[in-house]
Amino acid sequence: MSALKFILQKEFKQIFRDKGMLPIIFVMPIMQLMVLSFAATFDVKNIQLEVVDRDHSQLSQSLIEKYVASEYFNLVHFKHATDPKGTSLQEGSVNISLEIPYDFEKNIMQNTPVTLSAKVNAIDGMTAGISASYAQSIIQEFREEFVKENIGLLDQGKKSFAINFSMQNWYNATLDYKFYMVPGLLVLLVSMIGMFLTSMNIVKEKEIGTIEQLNVTPITKGEFIIGKVLPFWCIGMFVLSLGLTIAKLVFSVPMQGPIYLIFLFAMLYLFVVLGIGLFISTLADTQQQSMFIAWFFMVIFVLLSGMFTPIENMPVWAQKITLLNPFRYFIEVMRSVLLKGATWSDVKMNFFIIGIYGVVINTMSVLAYRKTNG
Amino acid sequence: MNSEKIIETTKLTKAFGSFKAVNEITFDVKKGEIFGFLGANGAGKSTAMKMLTGLLSPTSGEATVAGFDVFTQQEKIKKNIGYMSQKFSLYDDLSLLENIKFFGGIYGLSKEQLNERGTAMIERLGLADVSHKLLKEVPLGWKQKIAFSVATLHQPKIVFLDEPTGGVDPITRRQFWEMIYEAADNGTTVFVTTHYMDEAEYCNRISMMVDGRIAGYGSPKELKADFKTENMDEVFVKIARGENYKLQ
Repeated sequence: MSALKFILQKEFKQIFRDKGMLPIIFVMPIMQLMVLSFAATFDVKNIQLEVVDRDHSQLSQSLIEKYVASEYFNLVHFKHATDPKGTSLQEGSVNISLEIPYDFEKNIMQNTPVTLSAKVNAIDGMTAGISASYAQSIIQEFREEFVKENIGLLDQGKKSFAINFSMQNWYNATLDYKFYMVPGLLVLLVSMIGMFLTSMNIVKEKEIGTIEQLNVTPITKGEFIIGKVLPFWCIGMFVLSLGLTIAKLVFSVPMQGPIYLIFLFAMLYLFVVLGIGLFISTLADTQQQSMFIAWFFMVIFVLLSGMFTPIENMPVWAQKITLLNPFRYFIEVMRSVLLKGATWSDVKMNFFIIGIYGVVINTMSVLAYRKTNG
Repeated sequence: MNSEKIIETTKLTKAFGSFKAVNEITFDVKKGEIFGFLGANGAGKSTAMKMLTGLLSPTSGEATVAGFDVFTQQEKIKKNIGYMSQKFSLYDDLSLLENIKFFGGIYGLSKEQLNERGTAMIERLGLADVSHKLLKEVPLGWKQKIAFSVATLHQPKIVFLDEPTGGVDPITRRQFWEMIYEAADNGTTVFVTTHYMDEAEYCNRISMMVDGRIAGYGSPKELKADFKTENMDEVFVKIARGENYKLQ
């Protein structure tokens, strides 16, 4: 393995001598986190709300006031009767049409469960989901306040009542979508470094012709591959640390779970993306080709990672494809450790899967890389 | 030069589908010899050389290089040879010293050997001033000489040179051949492909490929006598045109 030392020395020298590299390592992560966290936000404001109040009670009135008071909703229509055609939704002047049923107040006072129904303009599924969950959280708040204030009026046996609102659950109590995005962006960053840089680095040697010179030397495949991959592994870990620091200092992303789990996972995960990069480099002959192939995988991996669209919202067949997506597992680990405070037992399946993934992809790349051609 | 054979091939063939790039070539190279490997573009020289250096697996036939089989012991061959291609294949973004250290290192030279041979080489080339400069800043004329020196740094038994003087001016070419002779004097076998017929004259023996076969084989003197010409240029033209020639 003594040749490995020389390859590593050479790679590090070349990487840091490349004037394009330092910006990639330092500027790109900062820019991406800073800009994308704000731009790729799910935060939805100015939701156009229509309320159909069929109850006309004091209670329904105070619920509506709560909506008006919130910074997220603009009450644009107020009606007393249902419009079955949903004209305002169709026109697009309204995002949500909330209907307060008859006997809303009466049922609450009698502790009978009530159901508020909301029609949501779901052309933009993401906004729809978020708007609905905001709407729901206001109802939740309303209910809690009501219980607190009217504890005497309610049936003594049950100190609460139910307002149903069928909804998705979001893990983001403060509704700060930066918390949701930043962990995903970190995964994106680390993966980009791994896939693009590794594949381009090796293909560059093919382009210049130095790979032939290496292939006539007694370097073993293992030495060559480790020598190529290890420097980017280090850079990947460095970028992750930098990114997590920014996440903490700039975005105050909560770090509920043990951070070492993220680093441990990244150590394994990087071998997967570097392996993919290596595999791409065996397929491509020019840096352009390798870029193109890497982008192809990148787009698929990002869109099917659950970073933007929750995986549960995808059709079943797409959900199955996400099982092959390494990004998915890292994003899950990132979000669940940082936001939910997951521990080893929660994420051990992800470790297991990504471990197997790493072995498979690297075996494939090692087999595909040839010093002697057929 | 002695008569020990360091490269020996028997009906060595490389087929790509139905096309035989190298078609049953049989020849040998003796230890310490400068062996010229000639042929027009596309005649199969590079393919043959790639098989001998372990970059390409042969289809059929037999061959040994430095005593190792080209089918099964390619990695052992690689330990014993040096290789320099027409394309400059050292690292432009490393300095001369760093290239020496890298290539010497992967051939397993010790730190002392690297220092000693590196210094000697830089002195011989007269490049002490630029040894710390990145190679992309070194003038083109030097690069081939540097590449040759790096390719022989680990003192291989055989050095393969693939059109080493392509695109180089006559003076540098002459200096380059002086280096080749020096290496041969030190016992290194030199296997060289070239398009320049004057260079063919410098070789101890040559083989000439036409359409994947060896169409001429022997010392320049013998070939000139056989074709009744005064220079290698005409030998080349006659062979390439397909004049009958009996292999010795």
